[in-house]
Amino acid sequence: MILRPQFNDIRNIGYYLGRITLGLGLTMFVPFIIGLFLFKEPDPAFDFLIGANITVLLGLILSRLCKTNRDLHTSQAMVIVALSWLIAMALGAIPLFLSGHYNSFLDTCFETMSGFTTTGLTLVQDLDHLSLTHNLWRHLGPFIGGQGIAVIAISFLVGGANGTLKIYLGEARDEKLVPNVIHTARFIWIISIAYLIAGTIILGAVGMFIGLPAGSAFFHGACIFMAGFDTAGFAPQTQNILYYHSLAFEIIIIVFMIMGSLNFNLHYRLLTGDRKEIWKSIETRTLLLVVMLVSLVAMSGLKHFGAYSETMTMFRKGFFHLISGHTTTGYMTIYAQQFIKEWGNIALAGIIIAMSLGGCACSTAGGIKMLRVGIIYKALREDLKRILLPDSAVIAQRFHHIKTMFLDDKQVRSVLIVTFGYLLLYGLGTLIGVGLGYPLLESLFESTSAAGNVGLSCGITDTAMPAILKITYIIEMWAGRLEIISVFALVGFIVAFIKGK
Amino acid sequence: MKRILFICFFGILAHVFFASPSYAQTVSSLELINNAKQYDGKTVTYQGEAIGDIMARGEHAWINLNDGYTAIGVWVRKNDIKDIAYLGNYRAKGDIIEVSGIFNRSCPEHGGDLDIHAREIKKIIPGGPSFSKLSVKKFYIGLSLTFIVLFLYFINFLFRDKL
Repeated sequence: MILRPQFNDIRNIGYYLGRITLGLGLTMFVPFIIGLFLFKEPDPAFDFLIGANITVLLGLILSRLCKTNRDLHTSQAMVIVALSWLIAMALGAIPLFLSGHYNSFLDTCFETMSGFTTTGLTLVQDLDHLSLTHNLWRHLGPFIGGQGIAVIAISFLVGGANGTLKIYLGEARDEKLVPNVIHTARFIWIISIAYLIAGTIILGAVGMFIGLPAGSAFFHGACIFMAGFDTAGFAPQTQNILYYHSLAFEIIIIVFMIMGSLNFNLHYRLLTGDRKEIWKSIETRTLLLVVMLVSLVAMSGLKHFGAYSETMTMFRKGFFHLISGHTTTGYMTIYAQQFIKEWGNIALAGIIIAMSLGGCACSTAGGIKMLRVGIIYKALREDLKRILLPDSAVIAQRFHHIKTMFLDDKQVRSVLIVTFGYLLLYGLGTLIGVGLGYPLLESLFESTSAAGNVGLSCGITDTAMPAILKITYIIEMWAGRLEIISVFALVGFIVAFIKGK
Repeated sequence: MKRILFICFFGILAHVFFASPSYAQTVSSLELINNAKQYDGKTVTYQGEAIGDIMARGEHAWINLNDGYTAIGVWVRKNDIKDIAYLGNYRAKGDIIEVSGIFNRSCPEHGGDLDIHAREIKKIIPGGPSFSKLSVKKFYIGLSLTFIVLFLYFINFLFRDKL
């Protein structure tokens, strides 16, 4: 028998949603202040004042009406997380919609969800004339979403609440750097801000070296770092990274993309002096192996198809996009159509595999994640040994992830459920794309890019694409970022509300 | 009759060799990107708004020209772009530039970028500032909402201990 959620359940959810909404509203004051006083763009700045006030207003009302001090259940935390991302999408879209650079509110919601989920697919119109203030928000979105919307709001606005850990887990973060989850979330923020400052200085300096004026170089540096380290792939200009025409810029971006796709725990270990962890971790080992294998596939494809006549050019273009896809960033130095017209099916298959597998767990990267790929490989090896070795043999697989652990069936089951969920998402998006008349390979490419929170596009993502496909990709980006489980919890909650007794 | 034909023939020859170069029909960025292999290495004429920044690299510079669909990078001699006064961004409508040069699907000189190496460049339409003022409607809506939020926050603060 399904139990219908009680009034107190809804009140609990409403209270936390209110706090998260309030937190989001406060972040929207950042572009307002910077836009008004630094960029001297009053009209765009007021778009943020309006958006921020509406968001704070809703947050205040929700948290007041639903105020409670009851314990939060895991299922409620999951529902809160799933709903908070939808609310953030709708409210975060307000200032962008007011900019007049989007054809519809749906397009703006698409852009905001793409930003918060660190995807990077875009529907903005005339980006080259977008104000600095709106552009800042486009890039701040991934920086906020990469660390986790709910986690940030909760860790700063609901100090010490017992629900914080459950919300933290619900937002696809399953590791704690320090024993306290609030301290973990704050530590992630501190690391991210320190990296942001360093990254902006490095990219800004390189920007000046390649001919950008100082102000522009540092603005571009900050934007590119936020969207690169947070594996989003937004850029301030239409041509994305091709705009800069610079190898130095591309190399630094590759480094930031890889850094962003590594587990925060690994960053913590490296920063605290434990350098051996990088070689011991199952994730980094798997990442290295998979990058090599997929590079081989992509490069052979490019060579076979004759996409580039020179080997160095082939390597530069191929490796950049492979890392961009694998880290689920989505930065591009070619035009979307060139993937389909010039790269050939084998190279595209390589990129699709890279996008679907993604980066490391507990990072801003999307996709199935290296930890799961590593565990599946270990489980397969264990089963193979069971078949080959005598029945009396004791078989155990170990793997190192923060600490050395023995592989158990429960772990494998949960890994397989999420992996299956991702494959289902990739497949469903592809089917809808094909149903709407797009070719199979292109549909698979775009669907994997959306659900894996990548952002590489082969040209389907366009303001002219059908609304149903925009909604499909929004759902894919949302479910992909939350690693599906929270979305299942929300669906279960709705079913229980309708059918429960 | 022979003399007339002779004059016409040399007239045409003189026009071909000595007349100032005229630009062929412009090609759009969409056409160039979609048919990059077909245009690769050929001289094309492309027109677009100069956007972003000019990035000087030694004796040359990069400018990016957007024709409404997307922008294409153009590699130009620095001396040829002195005329460019406005670059497109939020505050300005950039100069519309027409460029004639070699189109590269995968430029061997620039790491495989799709670009145009300019031979000739000219400003077609000058740009200008396009800074927009603060909308009065936005100003009043923004301020009204701020007062409502502050009022609600105050009420919330007064009853903060009540569930």
